[in-house]
Amino acid sequence: MKKQPLFPYDWIVLPIIGATVILILWMLLSATVAADLPTPGKTWQDSKLYILDPFADRGEQDKGIMTLLGLSLITVAKGYVLALLVGVPLGFMLGLSDAFAKTFDPIFQILRPVSPLAWLPLGIILFFKTGEANSWGALFTIALCAMWPTVLNTAVGVRAIPQDYLNVARVLKLSKWKTLWKILVPATLPYMFTGFRLSLGIAWLVIVAAEMLTGTAGVGGFLWAEYNAGNNARIILCILAIGLVGFVLDKIMGFVEAQFKTA
Amino acid sequence: MSFLQIQHASKSFGAGAKRHTVLRDINLSVEKGEFVAIVGYSGAGKTTLINMLAGLNRPDSGSVTLNGAEITEPGPDRGVIFQNYSLLPWMTVYENIYLAVDQIFPNWTTERKKTETERNIALVNLTKAHDKKPGELSGGMRQRVSVARALAMDPQVLLMDEPLGALDALTRGVLQSEIEQIWEKNKKTVVLITNDVDEGILLADRIIPLSAGPEATLGPAVKVDIERPRDRKALNHDPRFKDIKLKVLDFLLGAGARKKTTLTRNLVLPDIEPEDITHQPVNWSINSQPKRRKEVQETKIEI
Repeated sequence: MKKQPLFPYDWIVLPIIGATVILILWMLLSATVAADLPTPGKTWQDSKLYILDPFADRGEQDKGIMTLLGLSLITVAKGYVLALLVGVPLGFMLGLSDAFAKTFDPIFQILRPVSPLAWLPLGIILFFKTGEANSWGALFTIALCAMWPTVLNTAVGVRAIPQDYLNVARVLKLSKWKTLWKILVPATLPYMFTGFRLSLGIAWLVIVAAEMLTGTAGVGGFLWAEYNAGNNARIILCILAIGLVGFVLDKIMGFVEAQFKTA
Repeated sequence: MSFLQIQHASKSFGAGAKRHTVLRDINLSVEKGEFVAIVGYSGAGKTTLINMLAGLNRPDSGSVTLNGAEITEPGPDRGVIFQNYSLLPWMTVYENIYLAVDQIFPNWTTERKKTETERNIALVNLTKAHDKKPGELSGGMRQRVSVARALAMDPQVLLMDEPLGALDALTRGVLQSEIEQIWEKNKKTVVLITNDVDEGILLADRIIPLSAGPEATLGPAVKVDIERPRDRKALNHDPRFKDIKLKVLDFLLGAGARKKTTLTRNLVLPDIEPEDITHQPVNWSINSQPKRRKEVQETKIEI
């Protein structure tokens, strides 16, 4: 059910007030204690080249903000797809087989909380011989870190399938393959999508860290380059851009997830 | 040997001290084309009994046979109508039933499978809800889909596990008539589990009471020799109806009633220092003793 609005157009008025409050706080901070924090005005002055010409390509790291975000998104998409391709079958195996779960669950639980910053060097070493160790390492790290929510949610979803549905499969004598596609997968789908959504959020978190460490072209690499160049204003530009994209990605996944919620 | 037969079947659940016997020494024979109703208390083990017939679980001892062959696993020769409908919520009414048809008759042409699915939907008057998902249907309509799905399998036996238990009294009445009509049409062997004696008498050829658990067992069968079609309104005044109902209830409330057990419970009353509000201020020190010491009351509860 939709909640009663507090007043007409509250859904747009209130967020604007919230943003304004933060903006004022930001101005106060940079005017008083944090002298190195660029003011909103200075941030705009320094960043507008990147925003007004969003698809520019002036050099290795010197590109328009949309081009930078696009590069990052492509890497994320590759790593994310890899995470789902590995994560979903792994989740199904964990959910379906007690033996598999008992064997691998402890080691998964240990690997799961490891930070992307810890995986990245290992990834780079692993793919050193490919000649593109940085991008492969980033991909490896994204896939490995983003996989876990999908794995765990799928496993929980498989375990939560009501006995009734399985009884239907038994009475109809559905084959293993048909049970999987007609019953197990559709019944698990809502859980799987919750996992997909969380995984995408993590993948987007990891990409920035990975790009910062490897210096690959993308919004994270740009952020690091600007930090080294002392352009503090553009760091803020990057933060806002990263946040905005993360927000949009989550909204999209939330919308897709809602389509799969069954009664 | 009867068509569908249970001989000396028992079933227990749990292990060790917690092990309890749900069904003990069940004997049942159903003839081909017969409509049998099993009436019993909630929680007596009715679902366990139907699951045994369906092959969803096996008895610990004794045997369950269909056509002389031991039932060891579920199969399409026994259509089950589950208490909670068990429809797949991501499929439409049509797809739910088509899944069954497609599975049971893999050699049919697609055209024939479609026609058969449509026929079964029409049989339970759901043609209008053809493309709806179970979530959009009322309880009565969902149960109709479940009935249609079981019929579409063209089983030798229909097993109904309290099919109308979750429905309101009026919808229940409508569906009872529909079940009777459908049975009149195809004369399948039916085992109906219910907790409603009237429902059993209205539909069945024979009523068998199931005693209260634990260790539930079947009582003497009562034949329902009232000609069909049975009129629900007239039935209430029929002396035969009253006679049958009395016999069934006699067993359920008499010999087959729940065995009473007593349970002793200790109620511990706490230490209390009553405050005397008439004398101010209240003198309380670390050494003051409660005026009433704690006591233990023992109560016996009969359930």
